[in-house]
Amino acid sequence: MSILINKDTRVIVQGFTGKQGSFHARQAIEYGTQLVGGVTPGKGGQVHLERPVFNTVQDAVAETGADASVIYVPAAMAADAILEATEAGIRVIVCITEGIPVQDMIRVKALHRQMGDNAPYLIGPNCPGIITPDECKIGIMPAEIHLRGSTGIISRSGTLTYEAVRQTTVEGLGQSTCIGIGGDLIQGMNFIDCLALFEQDSETEVIILVGEIGGTREETAAEYIREHVTKPVVAYIAGMTAPHGRRMGHAGAIISGGKGSAADKVIALEAAGVNVVDSPAEMGSTASSLLANSCNR
Amino acid sequence: MNLHEYQAKSLFTGFGIPVPASVPVGSAEEALRAAENLGGNSWMVKAQIYAGSRELSGGVKRVNSTEDLTAVCNSLLGKTLATPQTDGEHLPVNRVLIEQAVDIKQEMYLSALVDRDSETITFMASTQGGVNIEDIAEKSPEKIIHIQVNPCTGLQAYQCRQVAFALDLQGSHVSELTDIMLGLYDLFVYKDLTLVEINPLVISKENTILALDAKLTIDDNALYRRPDLREMRDTTQENIKEARALESGINYIALNGNIGCMVNGAGLAMATMDLIKLHGGEPANFLDVSGGTTAEKVAESFKLILTEPDVKAILVNIFGGMVHCDLIAEGIIQAMQEVSVVIPVIVFLAGTNAAQGLDILAQSSLNIETASDLTEAARKAVACAAT
Repeated sequence: MSILINKDTRVIVQGFTGKQGSFHARQAIEYGTQLVGGVTPGKGGQVHLERPVFNTVQDAVAETGADASVIYVPAAMAADAILEATEAGIRVIVCITEGIPVQDMIRVKALHRQMGDNAPYLIGPNCPGIITPDECKIGIMPAEIHLRGSTGIISRSGTLTYEAVRQTTVEGLGQSTCIGIGGDLIQGMNFIDCLALFEQDSETEVIILVGEIGGTREETAAEYIREHVTKPVVAYIAGMTAPHGRRMGHAGAIISGGKGSAADKVIALEAAGVNVVDSPAEMGSTASSLLANSCNR
Repeated sequence: MNLHEYQAKSLFTGFGIPVPASVPVGSAEEALRAAENLGGNSWMVKAQIYAGSRELSGGVKRVNSTEDLTAVCNSLLGKTLATPQTDGEHLPVNRVLIEQAVDIKQEMYLSALVDRDSETITFMASTQGGVNIEDIAEKSPEKIIHIQVNPCTGLQAYQCRQVAFALDLQGSHVSELTDIMLGLYDLFVYKDLTLVEINPLVISKENTILALDAKLTIDDNALYRRPDLREMRDTTQENIKEARALESGINYIALNGNIGCMVNGAGLAMATMDLIKLHGGEPANFLDVSGGTTAEKVAESFKLILTEPDVKAILVNIFGGMVHCDLIAEGIIQAMQEVSVVIPVIVFLAGTNAAQGLDILAQSSLNIETASDLTEAARKAVACAAT
């Protein structure tokens, strides 16, 4: 098993014929992803990478039965692309695009909240995507570092996600599914959404959570882990040594009530029984030893 | 992107938010003329910099004579100012705002920002204005009123009234605050802000509500559709090196250590800094080459790092995804020759074609050491910097 995507997932690309879209679509196809077509407004009817191009997501879904979409369109059009995929009934929307205006995302998320259980799973924006090794790759991550296995990885960072993947591959643990949730102010799936899915997934035996300074989502994740997650969790928080930025006024500090530093996150996670590593080089080895311990029990 | 107080106040006026009459000036002579036009015999002189807490550092003063006005202007203009919010940096004061002094009956606090947790524009208000607001938020958070705006409906008048009554406002002040909040919300949405703060919002002796200060931050991602705001940018308030780096697509922040860092990805860059510190070293900078690591960007990154005279070693940590590591290795060699890097460079490459990349580096005659994992890379860099 895996979470969210597998070999049966039918993927379309929004921004299919653009440079980014083409490059990563080709890689996904080579990986074996069921990439069934793409959308570029005005190019409907053409064929690209031996797959059909559609004018709208609605057309693409009707013709191909796609249930996942990956978005490579420029930032100014990205929120529109997410909303189009939402309306067309896509179940998993992966938005790679970075630099989306925050108020565009506020509107997207407001709609998704209103949809309740009918809302799609949105991953990103500004993220590397999601991969279930050997089955389905949706995003910009390098394929060859992955190994099918037992670690579920959730990360706010791009290349640091790859480092966690590389370490679990070197350890021979491999990954069930890896999700880069992105680090934007307003984002789709958060740590908790992913933790819930990994907890239920039979293949995932250990979870690595990669957080960073800013916001309080790691603290909320810690609360959730304490109450709902039985699988071992390893966490690393980037930015213990990061400098403070210049500030305009007090509002940022007031809303967080003085929380959100790396130290706060570490304390919260450790209190929830999470194994927090000081060194980003020890994510994989710690997951490995946790798993060995739980097998011996 | 931030705006100066005088720019923010001109936006306030456009959205019907009352502010005291004021004029931004660049010299003491202009200040005298401004004071004359404003009238009265008491004015505020306020240094215009991209940071808060100015009054704690002498950047905001009340003057009661034209002699004092001249003296204060001369003491601020052309100088630099550091406040508790500038993180050790000294920002140049090129302009001061001359403003009609307001006699204050009551100080309050009002702000709006994008709240990560509720994913809404959230207003915050308090009866306790002034500089201690952060302490209040931490020690007695119940004294801060929070109102979340549903993006589908926008801010409603009843929500403003809730805030007004929670602030113990009465009579005409309730509708005045309502108008101010509705104006702020429109400003926030139409100008793509991420933050607006009025501290203090006051009731004057004349019994009207006024915004005495104005801080606002614009969403950089939305600047493409706000050309009017983009033009208000004051690059003198930005770190020159950081600004130069950004033009090349590099995120760079100078720090105090002696190990230069070049990394792709912000998270991995922070992790690399953490690792250096963990092994007893001190990073000289945060540097994220960010998307699309090219030979040109690598060269530009070396140049940036080498502008810091204390740097004794450079740690390069690149995870090749879209870009193959063999090409990055060639880029590193080319850049080191071009920029003539003589201090030791420790390289860890991972991802696509990492082994080929490390081979290329190992065979070069330059001062390059390769590492087979992150820990080894950090240890080597710390050792090189210590000698």
